[in-house]
Amino acid sequence: MACIEARGLRKVYGATLALDGVDLCVEPGRILGLIGPNGAGKTTVLNAILGLIPCEGELKVLGRNPWAEREQLTRDVAFIADVAAMPRWLRVSQALEYVAGVHPRFERAKAEAFLRKTGIRPASKIRDLSKGMVAQLHLALVMAVDAKLLVLDEPTLGLDILYRKQFYDSLLNDYFDRSRTIILTTHEVAEIQHVITDIMFISAGRIVLRCSMEEFDSRYLELNVNPQQLAAARTLCPIHERQIFGRSILLFDGVDRDRLAALGETRIPGIADLFVAIVGQADGRAQGAGR
Amino acid sequence: MNPQSDVLPELPLEQQAGVPAAMARTQPFYWSVRRELWENRFVLVAPVVVGAVVLTAFLVNAIHLAGRPGAPLQLLIPSQPTPIEQPYAIAAVLIVLGGLLVGAFYCVEALHRERVDRSIVFWKSLPVSDVTTVLSKAAIPLLVLPLLMAAVIVVTHLGMLLLNLLVRLASGAGLVALRTQTPLFELWVALLYGVVVLALWHAPIYAWLLLASGWARRAAFLWASLPLIAICILEKIAFNTSYFASFLQYRFSGWWAAAFRYQRPCCVPHPLSTLTPGALLGAPGLWIGLAIAAIFLAGAVRLRRCSGPI
Repeated sequence: MACIEARGLRKVYGATLALDGVDLCVEPGRILGLIGPNGAGKTTVLNAILGLIPCEGELKVLGRNPWAEREQLTRDVAFIADVAAMPRWLRVSQALEYVAGVHPRFERAKAEAFLRKTGIRPASKIRDLSKGMVAQLHLALVMAVDAKLLVLDEPTLGLDILYRKQFYDSLLNDYFDRSRTIILTTHEVAEIQHVITDIMFISAGRIVLRCSMEEFDSRYLELNVNPQQLAAARTLCPIHERQIFGRSILLFDGVDRDRLAALGETRIPGIADLFVAIVGQADGRAQGAGR
Repeated sequence: MNPQSDVLPELPLEQQAGVPAAMARTQPFYWSVRRELWENRFVLVAPVVVGAVVLTAFLVNAIHLAGRPGAPLQLLIPSQPTPIEQPYAIAAVLIVLGGLLVGAFYCVEALHRERVDRSIVFWKSLPVSDVTTVLSKAAIPLLVLPLLMAAVIVVTHLGMLLLNLLVRLASGAGLVALRTQTPLFELWVALLYGVVVLALWHAPIYAWLLLASGWARRAAFLWASLPLIAICILEKIAFNTSYFASFLQYRFSGWWAAAFRYQRPCCVPHPLSTLTPGALLGAPGLWIGLAIAAIFLAGAVRLRRCSGPI
């Protein structure tokens, strides 16, 4: 059974079409990165998956309809929105007590063990913690929940690079065990390139790219083309072209590696580069878009 | 790590439920009420402060009296016709008034603040239903505050009784009279009955405030009060009647006539004889009020289900 199955998700806010026929299938054990510009519908997709908003179309999460069965679903689905959502008046010890009191799958000792590794004291109020500490606390709570699906909506927003790195390290080392599924959104795409197993680009409420990272690595190639071979390279239909230090960088989809290697230096592109190529052009905001 | 899921990734939910660690027993309602009290400490503190202030006032009064025997202000050593219980009743009324204010202010904020500070996103990520959440918030004015008010009243009365004893000892007045003239225990039962009736009677008011609190994006108190005032004014100007205003007034004060005989429980030798629980249970006002409260609370649940941060 797929962990998340969606067909034709549609959501309209007033005159705005937030989701325009989104299809989605996430198998258990995957880590899906949902990447999109602001207002593309990322949070709307996640909110629909969490049962926080109703939407048109078919949606099953762990076999349940999230809008109709949100309460049952929250036992198996953990969720971190951006760190500002933790109530500021709550004490750390109260947070542990409360979650232990309401969550049947929460293991308090595990959360406490994780917190001991941080500088967070149980008596502190959340308002007195730094943003990074709040993220650590939230992660400690979520990692102590034996959830089947973890949804992370911009979990590292506003954190410094050390906390961000630590966040993903903890997530992969202490939490992810290949039976769980994680779906996350972030703007720090470079940092999750080696975290995620699947990638999905969303733009203006539509999925514009969906592939596994193995497919990503074998399909897309970036070519730092030799200036004299630029014309030859262009005939191979790059999907994107940009200039760096006067050299042209061309991005190819499904072109043979050896053929490209003859024209210059090849490398696997960053998610950000592909994102700009695919979403940026459609969005009309790409810089240096050559074609 | 969960070693179980490594070995048996497809272990069905039901089987895991048998493992105590995997499915611990939870009490979402209890913890949601605790949560409310953590966030709104004034709910617990304010009635206690009112009780303390009342007690202090009587203490000052007692010192004042002890210093000037035969002074005209005689609350603790009453002269006829002031009934001996009156100061106790005054203390109780003040504490109850404080409790009503606390309940109203709490309700106006209850479903509004969590949306303003975005914490609703966090609360909704936990397995607590909207019904449990709204009921736990309604339980503050309907359950926690009445019990707290009753407890504070009893403690305040005991303090006053002690003061009374000391003043009587100091002034040489008889203690026998005090014991026979102060039916405190009966008064307490009457007061407990009173605060419970008050909470039930005012339930639709609290539920209305909760509904407004879940509805309003800003100024929840205005959303709660202005429509009612507007209806009263409209009715008065358009039809020159004031049915709605008298309906509101009945909602605020009708409990007294329904739950008690017309004498004040504090002013008769047997306060319990003024209680009319039968008439109360037969009063349509009580049941209509509870039904309206249920409708408002159901509306508040619906609103919370659809609401996010604002």
